[in-house]
Amino acid sequence: MSKLSVNHLLGIRYLTATDINLIFETADHFKEVINRPIKKVPSLRDLTIANLFFENSTRTKLSFEIAEKRLSADILNFSSSNSSVTKGETLIDTVNNILSMKVDMVVMRHPNPGAADFLSKHVDAKIVNAGDGAHEHPTQALLDSFSIREKYGNLKGKNVVIVGDILHSRVALSNIFCLKKLGANVKVCGPLTLIPKYISSLGVEVVTDLKKALNWCDVAMMLRIQLERQDMKFFPSLREYSMLYGLDKQLLDSLDKEITVMHPGPINRGVEITSDVADSKQSIILEQVQNGVAIRMAVLYLLAGKIE
Amino acid sequence: MKHNDRIILDSTQFDLTIKRLAHQLIENHNDFSNTIIIGLQPRGTFLANRVKAVLKSIDKKYNIQSGSLDVTFYRDDYRRQDNPLVPNKTEMNFDIEDKNVVLVDDVLFTGRTIRSGLDAMLAFGRPKKVELLVLINRRYERHLPIQADYIGKNVHTIVSERAKVSWEETDGEDKVILYTPENE
Repeated sequence: MSKLSVNHLLGIRYLTATDINLIFETADHFKEVINRPIKKVPSLRDLTIANLFFENSTRTKLSFEIAEKRLSADILNFSSSNSSVTKGETLIDTVNNILSMKVDMVVMRHPNPGAADFLSKHVDAKIVNAGDGAHEHPTQALLDSFSIREKYGNLKGKNVVIVGDILHSRVALSNIFCLKKLGANVKVCGPLTLIPKYISSLGVEVVTDLKKALNWCDVAMMLRIQLERQDMKFFPSLREYSMLYGLDKQLLDSLDKEITVMHPGPINRGVEITSDVADSKQSIILEQVQNGVAIRMAVLYLLAGKIE
Repeated sequence: MKHNDRIILDSTQFDLTIKRLAHQLIENHNDFSNTIIIGLQPRGTFLANRVKAVLKSIDKKYNIQSGSLDVTFYRDDYRRQDNPLVPNKTEMNFDIEDKNVVLVDDVLFTGRTIRSGLDAMLAFGRPKKVELLVLINRRYERHLPIQADYIGKNVHTIVSERAKVSWEETDGEDKVILYTPENE
């Protein structure tokens, strides 16, 4: 198998374990490429990719952009804050206008869940979802699992706990799909107000005691509290949240075993994770960022292979 | 093997050919101190490793740096095939700045793989000189102006024929077979 079963990367939900492993194997090669003296290959030199960001992003946008450049694609960048979207243009109109400039692939982040899925049904280009509201963020989940695989060799039977704002997190949802498909055991931990009711239907157990969860796991994914998506109070104060669900060095050192700490970024130092934990040798936060470029190159390369 | 397929190198000839190639390299590269051998993945790597081993068996001082290079991301037929091309591993733990590079592949046919190989190689520096060593040179089938400096055997073929190099390591026996389609 050297072909993805999908034509767009809309979510991990639509991928098979074979697809995910194909992306990982391809990313292994790209990781070697980006550590060469000349970090660029000409594979996509005849393609144009538009990065449409209808929502703020630093890491993901830069990561996609560098991945595209390393593959020699031409790039169009767009962000909604200074565009005609504010003048009332619809999503399809905006994208079709951009596509008439002969664009082959679209990387899109959008505040509305399902936006990428919707777009894939209405426009003629390969779509990569770079985050749609609180729905999915597939490349983040892929790079997270890729980083765990790099550290442990395999995800089968590994225990992973996702801590924090599960309710508003697309990273959590994509990661749950991805980890489960690769055979990992997943638990979520956080205040019950931030854990969606459907979570047990995904085969995920809820733990409310952080220390208990950490003692169970091999890997802890700490998530950011997404204040921008919270239209009401879900917990009394950030300070209280951080006392109950923040990971500090003292807690980390008190565990039975050495666990790996991950964070998708951006970090709120002192809230979900303290600086000494984020910068400790148990944290692989910066490896995650490097792997993000290799994973995005792999996804773009494999989807480009499906362009007629 | 079908009746119209033929062996163009049996294991004895195969062995002799590689030894001859090794001696030709010695003529041009002295002690190999500034030379690097690069096998093109996947099957050029077998030949590169074999040549390297033969050189070492001739004299221990011929201990040459070698690497393997995958050209998948540099090919010009990506997306012109039904399935995306599957990459192989690249192992180049050195830079090739100012080195004499010997690129190695098993069969030289259209020249397109070598073209990709030349591009891929340049990501590791600017070599002083690049030469090409192949086991089988299929003449009159070139799509690009690329010729080999060291040739194991020249063969005259038609496009539909296929030259297959078998290696003891993976196929159980060293030999080269030319396959001819039944209906021609």
